[in-house]
Formats: sequence, structure tokens, C-alpha cells
Amino acid sequence: MNCNKEAIALMHKYLDGNLYKEEERRLRDHLQECSSCQNHFHELKRTTTLIKNTTPVSAPPRFTANVMNSLPKQKKHKTYIRKFQQHPFLTAAAIFFILMFGGILTEWNQDQQVTVSKQENLEIRDHTVIVPEGVTVKGDLVVRNGDLKIEGSVDGDVTIINGDILENTSGEQSNDQLNRSDLRAYSGELTEVNQIYEWVWYHTKQTVMDIFSFDSE
Amino acid sequence: METMIKQKIKEVKKGNQSAFEDIVSFYQNKVYHICLRMVGNAYEAEDLAQEAFIRAYTNLHSFDERRKFSTWLYRIATNLSIDRIRKKKPDYHLDAEVRGTDGLNMYSQLAADQALPEEEVESLELQTHIHKEILALPPKYRSVIVLRYLDELALQEIAEVLDIPVGTVKTRVHRGREALRKRLRHM
Repeated sequence: MNCNKEAIALMHKYLDGNLYKEEERRLRDHLQECSSCQNHFHELKRTTTLIKNTTPVSAPPRFTANVMNSLPKQKKHKTYIRKFQQHPFLTAAAIFFILMFGGILTEWNQDQQVTVSKQENLEIRDHTVIVPEGVTVKGDLVVRNGDLKIEGSVDGDVTIINGDILENTSGEQSNDQLNRSDLRAYSGELTEVNQIYEWVWYHTKQTVMDIFSFDSE
Repeated sequence: METMIKQKIKEVKKGNQSAFEDIVSFYQNKVYHICLRMVGNAYEAEDLAQEAFIRAYTNLHSFDERRKFSTWLYRIATNLSIDRIRKKKPDYHLDAEVRGTDGLNMYSQLAADQALPEEEVESLELQTHIHKEILALPPKYRSVIVLRYLDELALQEIAEVLDIPVGTVKTRVHRGREALRKRLRHM
């Protein structure tokens, strides 16, 4: 056996704890006849014992406390920020709703005057919008903060916000063109919005419809 | 124990900073020990060990929970220590004056080549001497010897800590052991 290479390699393998039985036998045989290897092996074993037997070191007192004090401080708003970062979709939705409801509510509170969509030939009297007899309003009609009385006819949807529709009993509809919507003075749908949640719902619907009808315009 | 640590890590990840305290107190001795044996100076070792824990805390999100936490933590500690040793090198100009002394340079700090007087050898604690010899090893051998014999890690684990192949670990352990054998032979 070559002392310098093979035997020493086997010694280290032995110290690493992964020597096969066969190799162990060979090493033992060699050590019995080679005194220099025996000496080398003895020194190695002694060295490892010396390094292993050192007393364990403990960290200085208050080490843990010092570490805890030097950790980056947790800030409350940081955790919020982290939550927002983790859920970008919810954040976007939350901001959208805050802005939307905020806008709608201010609008609801501010508008106390009677307003009506742009159509001509309408009469406004004491919070009541009147579609005079013989007048046909083209397009959708929107009335805010007022009642609506239809004596003529409306060719489109009617929306009344914060008001009522005053039924016109005298007006027998004779206009054939309006018969699509049967005995009504308006050809489209009637929507009345009186409560704040309805107002909100109406707005939401309107916004969504605006978005989705955008391409058709 | 590993499961307790895993639980604590989860809590820290959820934002419970105080759960980290248990992790620190559980590993502080080991981490400090590694640093001390790597750099050989108690103040620096404390500084490094602290830094290792702080880094572990700030980078905890990148720790893969399927792996062993100690391996990851030791890796941070050894890397920091090796970095410190590398950075320190240029400070050791032999001609530089030693701070706080009048006209003494680093030559005067070197151990004398000849054998120390007998009484001095006797007063020198065996352990201090061994640690000095470990410190005299080049860092790449020092790290494997420290992990192998002071923390009794398996070769495979050392390979993971140092991010080198097991074969390389074996070679370094063997060479480190041979170097120490030569230095400790006379004892």
C-alpha cells in the first residue's frame, strides 16, 4: 500500500465516518506493519479530538435583546401597504368604489334644482315638467328633482329622479306610432329614482351602460 | 425542534416580529460560535452574528420552508464572516501604526518565530492555542473545519451551507485536518 496517498486517503475517509468494511480491514493491516502511517494516524486522531473537545461558546449576554432592538421597526401603515400590494385587484376596486360613491353622493346632495335633459318644447312649472299636448319629444327624457306630466308624447326612455310621474288621464293616445308601447305616452322604459340607494344603483347602471355602449356609438 | 422553528418562521412571515426572538435565542450560540471561530475576535463576532440574524429576518421571505433553517442561517453567518475576513485583509499593513500605541507597528504584534518561553506555553490555555491554529488556516479550510468539528455538521450539510460540491468539502476537510495535524503535532 502506498503510504502517502492511499493510506492517508483511507485515514481521512475513516475520520469522515464513511469507510467500507473492506477498506477498514486494509487500513488496519497496513497500520500494523507501517509505523510512520501509524504515527500519522495517531496524530490525526489526536488533532480531531483536540478540535472537537473545545468548550462550547455562548453568545454574549443580552444578545437576543440586542438583535431584537436592531431589527427594522414594523410600522402599522407598512402592513397596510403590504396588504394592498398583495391584493392589487381589491385595492383598485376599493378606490373605484370610494371615488364613485363619493361623487354620486355629493351630486345627490347638491342638486336640488329642477333639471331636465336638453329637449326643447318642454314647459317647467312649479317643480313639474310638462310635455305639452301635441308635442313629441324625440330621444330619452331625464327629469331631476321634479315631477313629470306627459300630455304629449315621448319617443324614448323616461327617467325621473327624485320625483313622480303625474298620470295624465285625459290624454287618450291616438298616435299610432306610439302604439308600440301600448297605452303609454312614452315609447321606452320608465324609471323613477327616489331613494338614495336607487340613485346609486341607477348611477352604477348608467356608468356600466356608458362603458359598454361606447363602441356602438 | 425543527417543527417549532418552522412554526415560528411562519409567524414571523405573517408579521409577528416577536416570534423571531425565540429563533434568535435558539440559534444565538451556534451562530456566534461560527462567527467567533471564523474571525477570532469577540466584538467582531458579536457584530457579525447580530448582522446575520438581522439579514435572516429581512430576507426571511426568500427562505424556502422545505429546507433546513439552520443550514440557511449558517450560510448567512459564514458568508458574512468570509466577507469580513476578505475586507479586513488590506487593514493588515505591517507598517501601519497600531492604534492607541506610540510608534508601535504591526511587526511588533506578530508572534515570534522561535518557540515561546516555557512558562508562557504553560499559561497559554490549550483551547486558546487550538483556536489560534484554526484561525491560522486559510478561510476556505477554516470554514469547513469550524462547521465540521465545532458544529458537527455532516459533510452534505456543509456542502449546502457553503454552496460547494460535497467532493470539495471532503478535500477541504482533509487538507484542513492535515494542516492542523502539522500545527498541533507538538502538543
